[in-house]
Amino acid sequence: MMSLSTDQPVSLRRKLSAAINRHPRAKLILLLTPPMGWMGVVYLGALALLLASAFWRLDPLTSAVVRKAGLQNFQTLLHDSIYRKIATRTVGIAMAVTITDIVLAFPLAYYAARLASSRARAAILISVTLPLWSAYIVRVYAWRVILDESGLVNWTLRKLHIGGIDISFTNWAVWITFCYLWLPFVMLPIYAALDRIPDSYLEASSDMGAKWWSTFRRIIVPLALPGIVAGSIFSFSLTLGDYIAPNLVGNTQFIGNVVYNSVGIANNVPFAAAFALVPVAIMAVYLFVARRMKAFEAL
Amino acid sequence: MATSVETGRTRFWMRIGAIASLAFLYIPLLVIVLYAFNSSVAQAWPIPGLSTRWFRVAWENREVRRALLTSGKAGLGATGIALVLGSLAAFAVHRFRFFGRETVSFLLVLPIALPGIVTGMALNSAINASGLTFSLWTVIVGHATFCIVVVYNNVLARLRRTPTSLTEASMDLGADGWQTFRYVIWPNIATALVAGGLLAFALSFDEIVVTNFTAGTQTTLPIWIFNNLRLPSRFPQINVVAMVVVLASFVPVYLAQRLTSEMGGALPGGTRERKV
Repeated sequence: MMSLSTDQPVSLRRKLSAAINRHPRAKLILLLTPPMGWMGVVYLGALALLLASAFWRLDPLTSAVVRKAGLQNFQTLLHDSIYRKIATRTVGIAMAVTITDIVLAFPLAYYAARLASSRARAAILISVTLPLWSAYIVRVYAWRVILDESGLVNWTLRKLHIGGIDISFTNWAVWITFCYLWLPFVMLPIYAALDRIPDSYLEASSDMGAKWWSTFRRIIVPLALPGIVAGSIFSFSLTLGDYIAPNLVGNTQFIGNVVYNSVGIANNVPFAAAFALVPVAIMAVYLFVARRMKAFEAL
Repeated sequence: MATSVETGRTRFWMRIGAIASLAFLYIPLLVIVLYAFNSSVAQAWPIPGLSTRWFRVAWENREVRRALLTSGKAGLGATGIALVLGSLAAFAVHRFRFFGRETVSFLLVLPIALPGIVTGMALNSAINASGLTFSLWTVIVGHATFCIVVVYNNVLARLRRTPTSLTEASMDLGADGWQTFRYVIWPNIATALVAGGLLAFALSFDEIVVTNFTAGTQTTLPIWIFNNLRLPSRFPQINVVAMVVVLASFVPVYLAQRLTSEMGGALPGGTRERKV
């Protein structure tokens, strides 16, 4: 039993606690200042600097950053066809990955939400959640090992007498790896959306004579759509900003690679900053559309 | 199953699709685990035999041990900061209505909502501009920034499920603010804090993008893997390190999931409570 003794330290504490209670504003400020100060100074400050440096440029002679605002970097991005090509390639693979992941995730999400026993459902959810949070670099590396000339995929294909394929270090390998990496991010929101469809809707549909396909197309898909869009936000955004997977399993450049190399090799931070704003701009548009489709309620 | 809206054929194909997707998720990880026990230097499937020799080689590699230590320190440091700042923010948002309340969640989630390369580059330019040197500390600052939201989400979810009547009863019975916190609020949120901390540690332990931009010459385990992939002779050790990274991040996430699932789950997928 806790004792409400009235010895000295307690009464001091009481005074303090009462003082804070009398001034809720003070309490709020005490609670909020450390986290918001951190995010404001460390993160927003850094983002603002990044945004500003996108308008700076390198002095061609000394390679020093010239802190004078201008649109040179964006002009380079627009006029140099190589960057247009890289941006198009990046958006293209992001779309391909998103569509593939929706196709792969849907049956799993549907099975977990509607067909599995509660124990199987719990097992599926934890199996999908584990790789969502962890082992990113290992999961990229695994595909390098598997798609290798003497890896598991080629061994299996040869056993099946189909003959080997040589897709390691190609865009096919990048596509497979991205699909693999983001599948959990796509599956969980679809699951959440399907899980919320009341059984009675589907029963009503079939009671009134709708065939399964018709119920699926006219009831299930429209109600799952916010979840599908929510999942696609992740697969799209994560693909746009990634440079590790193309670096380890591919041989072409994506937006992330150009940004990374501009910082690490060319030391051209202003140009890297400008190119890094491209995925941010694309995602801003994407999020705006997703919001109109009520995707955030499924997150 | 009470309902049978789905035809037998649909059930069959959904089940096949589900099994295929789960196999797709786990076969690559199993391959890595098997390769870690490869008795040969050659990276070829199937492996000729099982052996633990590469575990010894990897353990005796000083670089690997130093990277393990760096990853551990970075994870603990980031988790510590995230626990303090994340729970302060959660308490503020839960307890008070104030101008800009929605902005708090938005600001905290921003580092993981934006592509990692944007967060990484932003921190990189900030470190450069501020004249700080790249060190373990800059890694910790970078990791803490994207870990705060994990603790925040877990603690806030738990606070929202804790009835306010408990706090009111405690105050009515004469407890002061500290006693109410210590004996009423703390026991309720302790497991949420542990779960949030475990997740933050797992996120930090295998992070590579922000690390690449904030680490300078520091090498964490994921960075060690990334750098050594150029050297085929290192592959056997990489397999071992990869397996360790999988375990070191799977175990905390699994524990966190167990801790929160009793309370309805604060992780994605923990939506059962919403179903009537």
